[in-house]
Parts: sequence; structure tokens; C-alpha cells
Amino acid sequence: MKALICIGHVPDTTSKIKFTDNDTKFDTTDIKYIIGPYEELALTRLLDLKDAGTEMHITAVNVGTAETEPTIRKALAMGADDAIRINSEATDNLFIAKQIAEVYKNGDYDVIITGKESIDYNGGQLEGMIAEFLNLPSVSGASKFEINGDKVILEQEIEGGDLKLEASFPFVVSAGKGFLPESEPRIPNMRGIMMARKKPLQVIEPVAHDAVTEVSKFYLPEPKPACKMVSPDNVEELVTLLHEEAKVI
Amino acid sequence: MAVLIYTQNYDGKFKKSVFELVTYGAAAAKEMNTDAIAVTTGKLDETTLKELGKYGASKVISVTNNELNDFSEQAYASVIEQVAKKNDADLIVLGNNPYGRAVAPRLAVKLNAGLAAGVVALPSSISPFTVKKRVYSGKAFADIVIKSDVKIITLNQNSYKIEENPTDIVTEDFTAEIPDGAYAVKPIEVVKSSDKLSVTDAEILVSGGRGLKGPENWGMIEEMAEILGAVTSCSRTVSDLDWRPHEEHVGQTGKVVAPNLYIAIGISGAIQHLAGVNGSKVMVVINTDPDAPFFEAADYGIIGDAFEVVPKLNAAFKKFKEEN
Ligand SMILES: Cc1cc2nc3c(=O)[nH]c(=O)nc-3n(C[C@H](O)[C@H](O)[C@H](O)COP(=O)(O)OP(=O)(O)OC[C@H]3O[C@@H](n4cnc5c(N)ncnc54)[C@H](O)[C@@H]3O)c2cc1C
Repeated sequence: MKALICIGHVPDTTSKIKFTDNDTKFDTTDIKYIIGPYEELALTRLLDLKDAGTEMHITAVNVGTAETEPTIRKALAMGADDAIRINSEATDNLFIAKQIAEVYKNGDYDVIITGKESIDYNGGQLEGMIAEFLNLPSVSGASKFEINGDKVILEQEIEGGDLKLEASFPFVVSAGKGFLPESEPRIPNMRGIMMARKKPLQVIEPVAHDAVTEVSKFYLPEPKPACKMVSPDNVEELVTLLHEEAKVI
Repeated sequence: MAVLIYTQNYDGKFKKSVFELVTYGAAAAKEMNTDAIAVTTGKLDETTLKELGKYGASKVISVTNNELNDFSEQAYASVIEQVAKKNDADLIVLGNNPYGRAVAPRLAVKLNAGLAAGVVALPSSISPFTVKKRVYSGKAFADIVIKSDVKIITLNQNSYKIEENPTDIVTEDFTAEIPDGAYAVKPIEVVKSSDKLSVTDAEILVSGGRGLKGPENWGMIEEMAEILGAVTSCSRTVSDLDWRPHEEHVGQTGKVVAPNLYIAIGISGAIQHLAGVNGSKVMVVINTDPDAPFFEAADYGIIGDAFEVVPKLNAAFKKFKEEN
């Protein structure tokens, strides 16, 4: 199986979010970047399958400026075989999807995998957009990924349950929770990190595609008034507050 | 011109989240001086279809192809595209739920439309078209400007107030063309979860964390949910430990929820947990540790041992329910 996995470069989940330039830009001061948690799940799943004997070549792909290279190197250190960076700011989703679709066309991949959503833009759009650009079948938010001969068994959450699906290559899938069954996170070791330095990381220029969305302003949530404390010996007061003040019961 | 709203039905009925979408779509249509049209897939009876008129839709287009009983991202996207083109839709509204998330990106490519996912309010401006959406997993919001002719948004559940706005509604049947290969990913079976309301649909969530020490202690949590007509949810740690089923996991990597009331019991309030629940209207925390970060996010708090507080609180809720 030849897999193309889209690696997001996102702020660590514990980051405190701030903005600059009149709230039009994300403030990157003191921000640590990580591989998007869903992409990390997906990559780990592929590596587990590889370790268990599935023939597998994994290419990590990222649309980003040179700043994202440490994140791509981390994917290589975890075990991806090679990587491609499309040298551009990652802003508009149609633009990003177009770039990935181009990479697919220039390789012979069996499957394209993305995370369910990025934890910064929270778009969850890439999988469907890439699939549509390439006219490929797709599964969004898969909670299972099992290889069964030349087919893949997937599950997708729908209203009232999980839909079990069978896909043939090639297809596009976005990984949600459950994509990776119980497994230890893969923390790259020294050997992995050393090897990653030698693995090919190809940098290519983007193809043109008009951006149709842009962020005009960021907001932080309104600060909440201080928490009203209720004594554990007077829980009736909480009931009254929820009924009369908050009006939620 | 039209605002097109995709109204998914479940077993032939609409859920409340659909009425929220229609209320929102109708309000957006009013701002844009145009009509709100709903589109449904699968067979629905006339009375059910007309329910959408109560919330401001002036037309509902019922796409009746039998194939659509099974979900397919490709088929659904193609059907909505056909209806959108036929009705000259310039704004398409879907729910930010598994269906909307699966279909909207494909529609965006088909119609070369900008897509804002996870929108939380009406457009603040029609020209340039600007909407507010959730970013950084609930830690912030952003105004997104969509510059394409057709705009697509997915609306976050529980972010717009359902309001009745009775409108004369007409129904129209439509037979769509299903593209070849739309079912290339073959549906095998639906593994049903329980019939219980899901955590994303619930108005009240009673949520338990590791502070509850073990799955055997969830009786009082379920009892509180029962009294309040609520649904139970949990922290990631709890679902990772298999104390509770995965569908109950809320937070950044679980379900994102926005109930009217969220009661957190024995949950510390880690930033990744709060990211998925801070859209709740009112939050209550019960925790032994006065320094638990949840107290900074909550509206009401009790510092105390859940094993003492919850039974007392259950009795008080019960009494309240009997009297009201
Ligand atoms: C990438 C990433 C993603 C994550 N995503 C999520 C997510 O989606 N959702 C999520 O929940 N977490 C998520 N986490 C995990 C998160 O960081 C926390 O570890 C987790 O939320 C803690 O769960 P908890 O509050 O149940 O447990 P703990 O942090 O162990 O807290 C237990 C709390 O119970 C209190 N307590 C103990 N005894 C009692 C008692 N008798 N009565 C009352 N209170 C008591 C304690 O004071 C403590 O505050 C994520 C982490 C990472 C790194």
C-alpha cells in the first residue's frame, strides 16, 4: 500500500491562544508546534499495520512554509518513509486541497489520509475537497481502518450508530477517534531522529488556485464572570440558582 | 437567489437540530432579501415536510431517489449540487454534524464556493459576506470572509435559537441523477448504538471524570441525568479507561458539545477538555480541589466530595422536579 498522509502543523493542544496586529494574526510567540493529533493517530495506525506485516510506503505531505519542516521531520522520525512540502502559506482550504490533489496525480498512491480536522482552523474540509478534485470515493471521520485483502474496512459515525463500509483503492479518508485502536503513542527515538535527517524531504512550489476565504478578525471568548461558589452543605442553593438565575432547569 | 438548507432526517423525522438550521437559514435569507428553501433526501410524509414551514422555510424540495436511503458522501453532495443549481442558491447551510462535514467540502469544490465550517452566528455582513466561526478548538473565534459567488457554511449545533416563524410552505418532489460510482465505498451495515439521545443533541449533560474512581460509581451520575432529563458524558481519561463508552467522550478530541447546562463532576478541567465544552451556556463544577482549573471556566461551583455532594444534590433536584 502506498499512502499519502497529510500532516498538519498546529499549535500544541495546551497552547494559550493570542492574536496580534489588531487581532488579525495568530501570535506565534512561545507557541510549540505539533503534528495535528488526528494525523498523528493516522500515522501511528499505518506504522502499526506496517509493523504487523502490511507492505507499506508512507509519504508525509504538508502545505506550509519552511517553518513547518520540524513537524514534517517528526513524521519522518516516527517512521514515514519520505516527505513532500508544498512551499506556501496554508490559508484557504480549497487552495490546500488543490495542492494535495496535484501531488497525488504525480505519484501512484493507493490512499490519501487526512486528520478529521485541524485543531487550529477546525475546518474538517480537506478529505472531501481532495476527493472531489480527484473524483475519488471518500470516507469522512473514519473510526476504524482495517485491511482485508485488497479492501479496507472502515467505520464512520452517523446518526444513531456507526456505518460499516468497505472501500477499494484508491480512496481518500479522514481519520477520527478510533482510527487507531488501543496503542502506545510513538515517541521518536534517537535512531528515528537521526534517520529522519537522511530521509528525502522534497520541496515543491504550489500550483495556482484562487483563495476564496480569508480571516478578517480573530476574537477571544468573552471573559467569564467569576464562578459563583455554593457550599456543599447547601446544595439547594445551587438548584435555586440554576432555576431562577441561570434559568436552565 | 436563494438560501438552501440541507435538512437531514432520521428515520423519517426531523430532529431539533434541523429546526435550528431552518430558523437560521430563514433569518439569513431575510438579511439577504431572498427565500429559504429546504432540501431533504429520502421519503418523508407531507406533514413532516411541512413542519419546516413553521420555522420559516417557504419551500421544501424532497429528493426521493431510493438509493439515498444509504448515506454516500458523493451521492449526497451531487444531489445537493443539482438542487442548488436549479434554484440558483447563493448560500448553502448545512449542520456541522457528520453529514454536513462529509458533504460540504465536496459541494465547495463542485460549486467553487468558499466554505466556513463551524459557524456560530448569522452573517455580520452580506457584502462582503462575513461569518463568525469557532477556531482553535473553541479557544477563539474568527470572522471569515467568503469571496466566492456561492457561499457554504456549516452551523454549529446549539448556536442559534430555534424560533417559530410560520410561513406558507410548498413541497416539491425532485428526482436527482445519482452519479456513477457514488456508492464505490460500499455500506455494509449500521452498527446501532443505543436509542438514547446523543451527547451533541442533549440540552443538559451530566459529565463524570476520573475523580469518580471507577465505573461502579456511575449510578449516581445516571440518576442525576434521569432526574434532569439529561444525557451522561465523560472526560477522555474515563473513556480511555473503558469506564464509559466512547460516544460519551467530550472535548477537543471527542465530541464538541454546547448544551444549556453542563455539570462536571470529578473532572479537573484540562484545556483539551474545556475546548470541547466551553460553548455550554451554563457550567457547573463539583470537585474536591479548589485549584482545579474547571473553577475558572465554570459559572457555579461546589468544592466538595462528589460522593457526598451528588446524592444530596440528586435529592434536591428530585424535590425541585416534583414541585415544578
Ligand atoms: C492531544 C490531547 C487531546 C486531549 N483531548 C481530550 C478530550 O477531548 N477530552 C478530555 O476530557 N481530555 C482530553 N485530553 C486529556 C486531558 O489533558 C486530561 O488528561 C483529561 O481531561 C483529564 O480527565 P479527568 O478530568 O477526568 O481526570 P483528572 O485530570 O485526573 O481529574 C480528576 C479530577 O477529579 C477530582 N476529584 C478527585 N476525587 C474527587 C471526588 N471524590 N469528588 C470530586 N472530585 C474529585 C480531582 O480533584 C481532579 O480535579 C487530551 C489530551 C491531549 C494531550
